[in-house]
Order: sequence, then structure tokens, then C-alpha cells
Amino acid sequence: MSFVTLVFYAFSAILLASAVGVVTARNTVHAVLLLVLAFVTAAGIWLLLEAEFLAITLVLVYVGAVTVLFLFVVMTIDINIEKLRAGFWNYLPLSLGVGVLMAVEMVLALKSRGFDAIASSHPAGYSNTKELGRLLYTDYVYPFEIAAVILLVAMIAAIAITMRKRKTTKYQNPAQQVSVRREDRVRLISMPSERRGAAEGDE
Amino acid sequence: MIEIQGFFGPLWLLVWTLAKIVAIIVPLLLGVAYLTYAERKVIGYMQLRIGPNRVGFKGLIQPLADGLKLMMKEIIVPSGANKFLFLLAPVLSMAPALLAWAVVPFTPQMVLANIDASLLFIMAVTSMGVYGVIVAGWASNSKYAFLGAMRSAAQIVSYEIAMGFALVGVLMAAQSLNLVDIVNAQQGGFWHWYWLPLLPLFLVYLISGVAETNRAPFDVDEGESEIVAGFHVEYSGMAFAVFFLAEYANMILVATLTALMFLGGWEPPVAVAPFTWVPPLFWLLGKIAFVLFLFLWFRATFPRYRYDQIMRLGWKVFIPVTLVWLMVMGAVMQTPYGYLFH
Repeated sequence: MSFVTLVFYAFSAILLASAVGVVTARNTVHAVLLLVLAFVTAAGIWLLLEAEFLAITLVLVYVGAVTVLFLFVVMTIDINIEKLRAGFWNYLPLSLGVGVLMAVEMVLALKSRGFDAIASSHPAGYSNTKELGRLLYTDYVYPFEIAAVILLVAMIAAIAITMRKRKTTKYQNPAQQVSVRREDRVRLISMPSERRGAAEGDE
Repeated sequence: MIEIQGFFGPLWLLVWTLAKIVAIIVPLLLGVAYLTYAERKVIGYMQLRIGPNRVGFKGLIQPLADGLKLMMKEIIVPSGANKFLFLLAPVLSMAPALLAWAVVPFTPQMVLANIDASLLFIMAVTSMGVYGVIVAGWASNSKYAFLGAMRSAAQIVSYEIAMGFALVGVLMAAQSLNLVDIVNAQQGGFWHWYWLPLLPLFLVYLISGVAETNRAPFDVDEGESEIVAGFHVEYSGMAFAVFFLAEYANMILVATLTALMFLGGWEPPVAVAPFTWVPPLFWLLGKIAFVLFLFLWFRATFPRYRYDQIMRLGWKVFIPVTLVWLMVMGAVMQTPYGYLFH
């Protein structure tokens, strides 16, 4: 067994164990942290395939941003885990069916391209990142752009749904604050001193 | 050299890599220790105080005394805390701060792993640092710690976007994600360094760097006047010290990246005789020290931002500024004036 194979099996074992942990963990925060571990090990496996760009982007986007917000939400809500588990055995057949279906689909998709054609025969100077960029902006430019537009629409929709202006909300307008002049705030009045006579009397 | 290599045989690569890692980590940790000393001295002088001056000559052994003191202290785990995560959090904070140094070049040859996408790697690794803060805040089972973690998570995620866009500008100008190539693209004197053509991105990166490392004036996650010490309020002894080390290691990392990407890295300001005699490493170290001084200067000068103002600055000022400048760069690069950005 070569070193790469050894690393692959080690990462795969950690990935599977943490993925099972995500589903079975009693504590939701633990589940999210195990999800992070699963993402990082998946990125490690992609690195073995010389797909550096995908691996680093997985960590950057999913570990660095998406899961942080996920954790953010999970930490603030109080989940009753017993209630959630109540229907576990009822849903098990359905979820097993869906799981098997997904596994079969993935095997079929991979089989059609040949399982063994993995990155081992690349010429020197081959850059997975460059290749990916070339494909995205030439052969797959329309699907890529359409996916981008769909994501943009979804993003704007999400913002539009949550953006409600309450009349009672107080907010500041920094431009207004910065442009304030002295004359707007202070009024200087010219008037004679009133206490002159009194001051003399005190002495 | 050959004889030593022969002695280790097939393990040579492992031993040699470990030796290089030690050669990076040890000076880094020493730098962290003396950065705390420099911070206390610099801010002291700015506030007309002397700073630490009792331990050793001019207080130079103060960082070691502090370290020793922290090591002797007990690590108290609060009741109701999640013990495993409570102790894991400092590690989650420290590991990314050290891991990022794997791809940082110090001179064109002095780099542990000269990979193609080193800039992207650094972005990915530093984005994991936020977990230390969040996990610490949650595992402490304390209101103040939790508030600090919440503030910090939102702040770090927001400023990462502006920082990422600033880096896109750098990679457009250098046409590479490799840090060695980025520095090499800035050759030819300080007016070729990217701080000038990418001035808005440079400022955004520098300020976002302060916010990313949770330093004043953006240190709301530990704002001592509001939430005591934020996410690490429950930590003591070495567990606290590790958070502290991670914060300062991150500061040095951001300063190094600023020096590499915008201040010409190891390039001398003018490529003529007296400047070229100085070894490249010293130019880089000097620039890092300059950026670190800016960090300390900010802390001594500015009052802490209010939380909503931090968010406004990140989302409504920095992100539009970077996006506009990226558009301007992209447009100008298509014209004969494109050389301005190369």
C-alpha cells in the first residue's frame, strides 16, 4: 500500500465516522462541529486528487463561512433532542430508501466515466485550477452563468423577505452626522455681562 | 549535509521538514512574546508612561516572566461548561494561526511549501480561526463569553468578504495566487509596490486586518467596558495564554501578508547600491515591524467602534469600495493604460 492510499483510507475513515457522528450526536453544537470535521477531511481527499482549488474553496466557503453561520444559529436555539428523535424508527425505511437511491445514482454516474480514471497520469505543469477555469469559462459558460444568476436571485429574494422596516426603528444617518456644522448645534448670543454691578458689590 | 542526510535515510524528508517548521515556529513565538512587550512599551510612551521596566534591562525579560506566571496558574473549568470543547477552543484558535505560516515566503527561496494557490490557502486557513472564538464562547456557559463569541463571529465573517475582494485585486494585478510570484511582480522600487495602484484595496485590507484579528478599535468581542473580556472571560492560565498567543500570531501574519502583497515583500524601496546591500529577509522583517507598529498605534489612538458602526463600515463602505475598484481595474486593464496595474 502506497503512502497516498494510506492517507486516503485514513481520511475516508475519519470522514465516514464524523458524518455518522453528525447524524447521531445528541448535542447539536457537537453535530455542527463534526460537520466541520467532515468538510475538512473531504477537502483532504480532494487534495489527494490534485484538485487543490476545489479543496481550498470547500474549506473557505463551507467551513469558513456557511457553517459558522450555521453554528451561530444552532447555538442560540434550544432544541429538545428527545422530541426530534421520537419518529426515528418510523422514518427509517424512507430515509434508508432515499440513501440507497442516492448511493446507486452516484455509483452509476461515476461508473459511466470509468472509476479508475483518476488523477495519476497528468503531465508535469498540469494545473487543476487552470483547467477548471478554462472549462467553466468556455465549454460550460452558460450553465455556469445561469447558476450564478439563480444564486443571485435567491440571495436577493432572501434579503427581500427578511427586510422589513419598522416605523419604530431608530437609526442614524452618518452622512447627516458628518455634515453637521457648528451653526446647527450652537447659537452664540451677544449680550452685555449682567453681573458687573453685583460683582463689585460682593467685594 | 550529505552525511547527515545519509544517516536518516528515507526519513530525511520528514526530519528536514520538521527542522524547517521549528525554524519558523520558534522565531514566530519569540516574536509574539516580544510583540506584547513592544505593545506595552509603545503604548506606554504614547500615553506618557514608561511601560514595563522592572524585569531585566529595560524590562526586556518581562514577556518571559509573564509566560512563567501564566504557566503556574490553575486552569479553572467553569461549572456547567462543556469540558472537552472548553479545552479544545484554544487549540482551534491557535492551530490555524500557525498553519498559515506553512506557505508564507520569507525570501524567494525561504518558504516551507511553495504551492500555486498559497494566497487561497491562507484565506481558507485563517477563516477557520473563528471557530476557536465561537466554541470558547459557547463552551464557557457564560453570558458574557457568549455575547463576545456572537459579536466576533459576525464581525469576522463580514470583514472576510472585504478582505477577500482586496486579495482578488492583488491577484488580478499579479496574475498569480502564489505569494512568491506576487512579490516578484512588484519589483522595481516602491512606486511599483501594490500599495500605490491598489491604494483603496490596501487601505481596506489593512483596516479589515485589524478587524479580523479583533484588535482595537474593532475589539468589540472582548470590549472590557461592556462584556468584561468577551469570549475568553472564563479562561485562565495557559488556556488563556494560548488565545493570547493566537491573537498576536494572527497579527504578525496579517502584517506579513500586508508587507508581501502591498509593500513589496523583500524588495528594497529603491534598487540601488546602499539598499541592495541589505539582505532581502531584513527588508521583509522591517516592513512587518512597520505594519505591526501601525497596529499598536491604532490601539493607542482610536476609541472603540460601536457595534452597528463596525457592521456599517464592513458592509456599506468596504465592500462597495473594493467592488468599484475591481471594476475600475478590470476596465483599465483592457485599455493601453493597463500597465498601471501591473
